[in-house]
Amino acid sequence: MSLVEAPAAAPARRGAATARLLRSELRLVFGRLRNLVLLAGLAAVPLLIGTVLLVTQDTPVAGQGPPFLDRVTGNGLFLVLAALVSCLPFLLPLCVAIVAGDAVAGEAATGTLRYLLVVPVSRTRLLLVKAVAVLAFAGAAVAAIAVTGLIAGAAFFGVGDVTLLSGDTVPLADGLLRALGVVAYVALSLTGLVAVGLFFSTLTEVPVAAMASTVVVAIVSGVLDALPQLSAVHPWLLTHHWLDLGEFLRLQVDVSVLLAGLAVQAAWVAIFGTLAWSRFTTADVSS
Amino acid sequence: MTGAGGATDSAVRTRGLTKRFRSGQVGVDGIDLLVPRGAVYGFLGPNGSGKTTTIRMLLGLVAPTAGTVELLGASVPADARSVLPRVGALVEGPAFHPYLDGRANLERLDAADATADPRSRDRRVGAALERVGLAAAAAKRYRQYSLGMKQRLGLAATLLRPRDLLLLDEPTNGLDPQGTREVRALVREVAAAGTTVLVSSHLLSEIEQVCSHVGIMSRGSLLVQGAREEIADAGTTEVRVAVRPDQRDHLARVVGDLGLGEPRVDGDVLVAPLGGVAVEKVAQAVVGDGIDLLGLEVRRPTLEDVFVRLTGEGFDVAR
Repeated sequence: MSLVEAPAAAPARRGAATARLLRSELRLVFGRLRNLVLLAGLAAVPLLIGTVLLVTQDTPVAGQGPPFLDRVTGNGLFLVLAALVSCLPFLLPLCVAIVAGDAVAGEAATGTLRYLLVVPVSRTRLLLVKAVAVLAFAGAAVAAIAVTGLIAGAAFFGVGDVTLLSGDTVPLADGLLRALGVVAYVALSLTGLVAVGLFFSTLTEVPVAAMASTVVVAIVSGVLDALPQLSAVHPWLLTHHWLDLGEFLRLQVDVSVLLAGLAVQAAWVAIFGTLAWSRFTTADVSS
Repeated sequence: MTGAGGATDSAVRTRGLTKRFRSGQVGVDGIDLLVPRGAVYGFLGPNGSGKTTTIRMLLGLVAPTAGTVELLGASVPADARSVLPRVGALVEGPAFHPYLDGRANLERLDAADATADPRSRDRRVGAALERVGLAAAAAKRYRQYSLGMKQRLGLAATLLRPRDLLLLDEPTNGLDPQGTREVRALVREVAAAGTTVLVSSHLLSEIEQVCSHVGIMSRGSLLVQGAREEIADAGTTEVRVAVRPDQRDHLARVVGDLGLGEPRVDGDVLVAPLGGVAVEKVAQAVVGDGIDLLGLEVRRPTLEDVFVRLTGEGFDVAR
């Protein structure tokens, strides 16, 4: 009884097969209770900030706290920005690191990795699918903050025309578009961290080790970024350009500033993506 | 058979397959495995003798330090992508996502198979679960499965589609006697349908009876392999003769005159290697010499005897 399967599947069929694996991977990531809790936790941040501001809005604290915080009560749209900026230093990297670090190491720890590979799935294809799924989670994490931020902001404080950094005012539709730009920029700013997490994930069979290492990279990057003596290397740090999202609030958005930040992310993705690939495609799977 | 190339009479063939770990320890030492098509090959050896590492190399999970692997005539890992869909494998115990149920776990593996037809997925997954007796537990989380159920789900995964070769690493681990019998029945069933099966075990007796061929590993080396009968015959067939104790010395003389091997006393019986002597000759000589024969038994060598003879140690104690 022999199966006569065409070994070299047509490109279209291989594409469909990859899409099938990706759907399965997305179901795995977004069906996992832990990951949903992470998303819910992130979504709670703007609710928390909004509630605090709502309760204390008569207390004058202008100019203090994270950027955009003092403008939330005037325009609920700013709750999106304030929440994103609050989550950027730690919570967002943490959540992304958990899912990225788990991507390969988690399968190695449960032993499911060996069974995927003998199905067989090519290691390159598996790594790409894993990367896309983690990126999707990073996007969902940012979106979770933004959407609840917008809803809570509108409900608590109302939304209206948006006053930019320069003091100019643009219509709400324009403001929403700019907020969308911020969301996209923040999500893309996490791609470098995703690549770092995937790389660590290919190094170990202990998911927690990969998660912790990834968080450490983000935190060390932030620490180094705060040392003026290292200003020469600052532009290349993983986190240096993260807060350039303020660019979206200038009258004339300087695209080159944003592209510089994205270029650094692309470089980190290229380096750590290559490292992850070369490690994953050659390592013995003995888990 | 597709008949690609001439080497398709073997389902598994390795040449000089070696794995040296980074620690310097040699896990598998230049083995030439040969599993003929249609065979049920018992890959036997104590824990730690290199069976699992060998199976990992067969599947391309671990890169050999030296040597080559051919599965169904295709070279691994070079042609792994085209040949592995025809190979079902259970490697070092089952492993699934604990928070998914049995069905979802099989669907996950099926989704990873680029050559599987998604339209027939539900039918194939259902049939595989049915075949290992897990249909009723399909909606239960893997976390809640007993060890035996986990092992069954692992077997179900190898049955998601028709296979030409099954590599089963310790499929009876953790199973109760009933489960072990079922695995043996399953192996017989798939083998009868034409699938070649390589089944590893550290428990000789569990697997011995279903095998047509046997390979015995010890400390990374393949001590012996071939058809089971041939290997067992290489051992010593013994004759066990029971007589009254006061006639035992008399018996020993008679046995010595017949040209049997050096006899020894085992409890109430005298045991001697039969050599080339026919057993009826022994019986006639004993009775003819006036000895009261209380019992006579011919004991054919078991694989365990062969193993002990080859290694000088018991099967369960090596390493």
